[in-house]
Amino acid sequence: MSEPLLEIKNATKVYGGTGFFSKGRTTVALQDFNLTIDAKPATITTIAGESGSGKTTLANLVLGFIKITDGQVRYKGVDVNTMSSGQLMEYRREVQAVFQDPYAVYNPFYRVKHIFDMVLKNFKLAKTKEEGRALIEDALNVVGMRGEEVLEKYPHQLSGGQRQRMMVARAYMLKPRLIVADEPVSMVDASLRAMILDIMLRLRDEYNISFLYITHDLSTAYQIGDNIHLLYQGAVAERGNTVKVIESPKHPYVQLLINSIPVPDPAVKWGGEEVTTLDDEQMRANIASGCRFYGRCPHRMDRCLKKAPPLYSVGEAGHEAACYLYTPETEAVR
Amino acid sequence: MTVQMERKQAAQHVGANDREITLEVKNLKVYYATPTGAVRAVDDVSFHVYKGEILGLVGESGCGKTTTAMAILRMVQPPGRIVGGNVLLDGIDLVGLNEAALREVRWNTLALIPQGAMNSLNPVMRIHTQIAEAIQTHEGRQPKDKLKQRILELLTMVGLPSRIYDMYPHELSGGMKQRVCIAMAIVLHPSLIIADEPTSALDVVVQRVVGQTLLDVKERMNVSMILIGHDMGLQAQLVDRIAVMYAGHMVEVSPVESIFAEPLHPYTQLLIESIPSIKERKPLKLTEGITHDLRNPPPGCIFQERCPKVMDVCRADRPWLRPIKPEHYVACHLYE
Repeated sequence: MSEPLLEIKNATKVYGGTGFFSKGRTTVALQDFNLTIDAKPATITTIAGESGSGKTTLANLVLGFIKITDGQVRYKGVDVNTMSSGQLMEYRREVQAVFQDPYAVYNPFYRVKHIFDMVLKNFKLAKTKEEGRALIEDALNVVGMRGEEVLEKYPHQLSGGQRQRMMVARAYMLKPRLIVADEPVSMVDASLRAMILDIMLRLRDEYNISFLYITHDLSTAYQIGDNIHLLYQGAVAERGNTVKVIESPKHPYVQLLINSIPVPDPAVKWGGEEVTTLDDEQMRANIASGCRFYGRCPHRMDRCLKKAPPLYSVGEAGHEAACYLYTPETEAVR
Repeated sequence: MTVQMERKQAAQHVGANDREITLEVKNLKVYYATPTGAVRAVDDVSFHVYKGEILGLVGESGCGKTTTAMAILRMVQPPGRIVGGNVLLDGIDLVGLNEAALREVRWNTLALIPQGAMNSLNPVMRIHTQIAEAIQTHEGRQPKDKLKQRILELLTMVGLPSRIYDMYPHELSGGMKQRVCIAMAIVLHPSLIIADEPTSALDVVVQRVVGQTLLDVKERMNVSMILIGHDMGLQAQLVDRIAVMYAGHMVEVSPVESIFAEPLHPYTQLLIESIPSIKERKPLKLTEGITHDLRNPPPGCIFQERCPKVMDVCRADRPWLRPIKPEHYVACHLYE
């Protein structure tokens, strides 16, 4: 078996606790997270969850923006934290990012071709100007744009969809193996969303680029994702094949999430049970011991408070849910 | 006081199908002056809102939804300007009012839940102080116990526990802050609430809670609402009628059931088709979208450059909103 492309082992990130004012007050943003992305075939792995679930923390860990508290992020078998500068440079080239806000990443004073020129310069991709220009043109063609139409414009002259597609083109130009896409379509209009998702699919199938697709929107994940990890309060609630998880969710939280997605049909009203939300204080209180979803769970049991549930297998192809409803014993009773 | 009396008289005003109309917008035009010509952000838009209904105002970013809302509130900032048209709220034309009279209307009869409303709460004021401020600014000083009673009732109305009365905004979650904003919007019993993307920054579960709160408030107070948004799924769940805007124009207005059953305008069809489904996995529907320059719209239909069904007549004549089915209006040459 070949080495996996990216391997995250027991990643834990704890914020706070060291400052003068925040001594002892810590926030566990991510708890014992495990994830493997195989080198071949390329896949789209979705990380989903509500705000504060730790999905952006995970993206920042993979991109090396923040330091891991415990655990490892391994790229092609090498721990990212112990990489030599040469390896790190390669890692930075092969792991690219596309961010949420397609406007904030541009400097409004430069023409948009600046972002491509920077990449060419920093990674020394081209020997001559013509060669560089050809690389840019090629990358833009992949996302369905032409250089002469856009390169000389300023960011404000492009639509949100165009700006976001150029970010994907920029990432593509470096021939990455993995693109971390943090909510790439949440600020793009619904009618243009499909185009960006389609580009992601094409990059996966034609260019063998894997994606770590971070989103709160389960419906787009369902349309393009291969595997999904659903986070709740920093821990995995459920994971498995995207279609399996969304069509038959097992964890009570995931069931609640999927029932809450508004159906675009006035005749079909929101289903499931009445929803409750908790304020931040209560949320934090619940994390201290046991299952993080206890306070909102309709099926809560006493044992949920004692210890957080591990992942239990609930179906084929690695479909797992962190819930005591699915222990082998309770399964036998049912 | 005169405003109050006029409002009573205007309440007699009824619509074509005998439903009482709260807000009527007629031929509204809002232009933004730029050195290279006026940007027609809202161009000749007409619609109305019945009493006790939620009207959804949808369209992509930049289509003029928020500008329309700001024009209704008379809060368009320069270089923007209301160039023409009328906004009749309970029969009073807001476009002609002076600042003093506007102050009477704003918040008393016309409330706004702004975009990202939860960030509009003052972080150093307790929840009850902020709500009390909204009341006392408009109604003058009030006895303490009565005020507290009223605020607590208000919190119950939007489904919040009374213990948040003494809390600060940072102690609440996003959805709760949003509901505090809804509470502040209804405190003076307005006849129209404009909610600009009230759930855009919230995740689906919280979005559902806030949406249900809005529905609940509408039912109990019989208030009219304009719900601005681009999430068609959410609109299907919440609104009674939908008005679709494109590039500053109204292209379709219809009851929600009718528009989802059979969207008529090609742009509406595109909007509805582009909603990703969680029921079936299907190939993505792609659309190229470049809107014309809003400074000089082409002659004819404003959607001609993106329309898959464009005809010769679309490039020459501008289609006007006309009824195709009961209450279902569309501006498209396909239905002539």
